[in-house]
Amino acid sequence: MSAAPQKAKAGAEKIAVTVSAVVPLNDLVTRFEFKRTDGAEFPPFSAGAHTVVEMQDGDRTRLNPYSLMSDPADRSIYAISVRRDDQGRGGSLFMHQKVKVGDAMTLTYPVNLFSLDLRAKKHVFFAGGIGITPFKAMIAQLEQSNGNWELHYACRTPALGTYADELTNAYPNKVHVYYDDQNQVIPLEDLLDGQPLGTHVYVCGPTGMIDWVHATAAAHGWPSENVHSEEFLAPQPGKPFEVRLCQSDITIQVGEHESLLEAMERCGVDAPFLCRGGACGQCETDVVEAEGDFVHRDHWLDDEDHASGKKIMPCVSRFVGKTLVLDR
Amino acid sequence: MSKFQFPESIASRPVYGTLEPRPGKAHLMIADAEGAEAILELASQDAALMAKTHIIYIPKGTDFSEKLRALKPAQFYEGPSYDASVQRIQKVLGDAHMGLQVYLAGTEGLMGQAMNEAVSAGIPASAIQTEHRGSVARRMQCVHCKGITEDVVTDPFVCSHCGLNLFVRDHYSRRLAAFQGVCIDAEDPGNVPEPVELYK
Ligand code: FES
Repeated sequence: MSAAPQKAKAGAEKIAVTVSAVVPLNDLVTRFEFKRTDGAEFPPFSAGAHTVVEMQDGDRTRLNPYSLMSDPADRSIYAISVRRDDQGRGGSLFMHQKVKVGDAMTLTYPVNLFSLDLRAKKHVFFAGGIGITPFKAMIAQLEQSNGNWELHYACRTPALGTYADELTNAYPNKVHVYYDDQNQVIPLEDLLDGQPLGTHVYVCGPTGMIDWVHATAAAHGWPSENVHSEEFLAPQPGKPFEVRLCQSDITIQVGEHESLLEAMERCGVDAPFLCRGGACGQCETDVVEAEGDFVHRDHWLDDEDHASGKKIMPCVSRFVGKTLVLDR
Repeated sequence: MSKFQFPESIASRPVYGTLEPRPGKAHLMIADAEGAEAILELASQDAALMAKTHIIYIPKGTDFSEKLRALKPAQFYEGPSYDASVQRIQKVLGDAHMGLQVYLAGTEGLMGQAMNEAVSAGIPASAIQTEHRGSVARRMQCVHCKGITEDVVTDPFVCSHCGLNLFVRDHYSRRLAAFQGVCIDAEDPGNVPEPVELYK
């Protein structure tokens, strides 16, 4: 029979942790630091990795991915920085309002969908707002190996420039900050010009910024392999819909404010996932039958897959229509 | 006609395409012999291309140089052999910036070796365009003595270093930019089939 190890549960393995510090950084962003409850060291991670934080919010379990921003060389803590999103689905508000030092929580083992390409001759980072977090870890990792890097960081205002001062003070020649309220803009075209062959760029920030960097780099003749980005999508609310899961032999209702993946989990179906943000591909599910329209929102399937109506990524995508039957 | 359709083969065997103009800040075209024809066709598709192009060309006895010069590339270099041109290739790549497009055309030996230079300079292999033209001769490595024999056109052939009779395999090494040649009469020395032209 198959020799592949069978995991007991969907998602990455879990780690029980205790909140060791809650550090407000500005009006919107707070850092959370965790120690392992069993006192052991955390598993090593490579910069760019994220962890999925399990939040017990009443009888609702929330699972949100956050980039690890602590130094990968420090195995005594994991840290994340969370931006409060008042319009969001409530995960970030839960972190900001409910989580206190000493609380017990659960994290998953790190998964890296945004790693450094260590063959690069130089790394150029473009961060927008809270998109700074993976770069904190990348900078720490590269500093240890004397890596060649520079950071271009766009923030709304100096007061909201999370880690901007800290980074500028530590690396005055490598960190460049641009403030929206002072009409400062990342001079992307100039920065892409004249970079040595073998340079890789990385972008993390709002969708518009990610698309801008990809499109501009392509127009300048950069190979797509040299342009890296990460964007976790939060599932969007939508009209409730009904799904039949033929392997599990049940029919479930997906509510307005939950994702299809969350609805499956609520009904006891152990559906695969890793990132919960449309980026990793783990949750890909075959469509058996569909009468209606898909609302595809993931970054995983290509346009052809989206048009085919044969696949869906339940972590972020939805469905509007009469019948949907999934092979799950 | 300088085009040849290679038969389907194993996964390690390189597959070549057709050069097309791509957006870029600068363009480096490296070709030998009939590879010049691919560059001439490329230039005819985009009039603005040549003003930003550096051509490195090894004629190998053909007479395309004047036609290439007439394209008025920003720089044109004609080398007597690949080995004589490799320093120039390394220098151009070493000075280059992101946004450089690399186009390789001609024999497999030239494309494989120039590909290695471009990859070690930091360009991903998948972003480098290639187009095979002209001779189907192979650059072969003898797996026994490790010597390279250039321009092999028959199978089997005699290793130019150790003299063994070698069978021409499709097994290709990107690192060496060469196909592997394996002794064909190891079990029964002297029992060597009549050499036939490759792909015949
Ligand atoms: S869980 Fe990663 S794409 Fe859905």
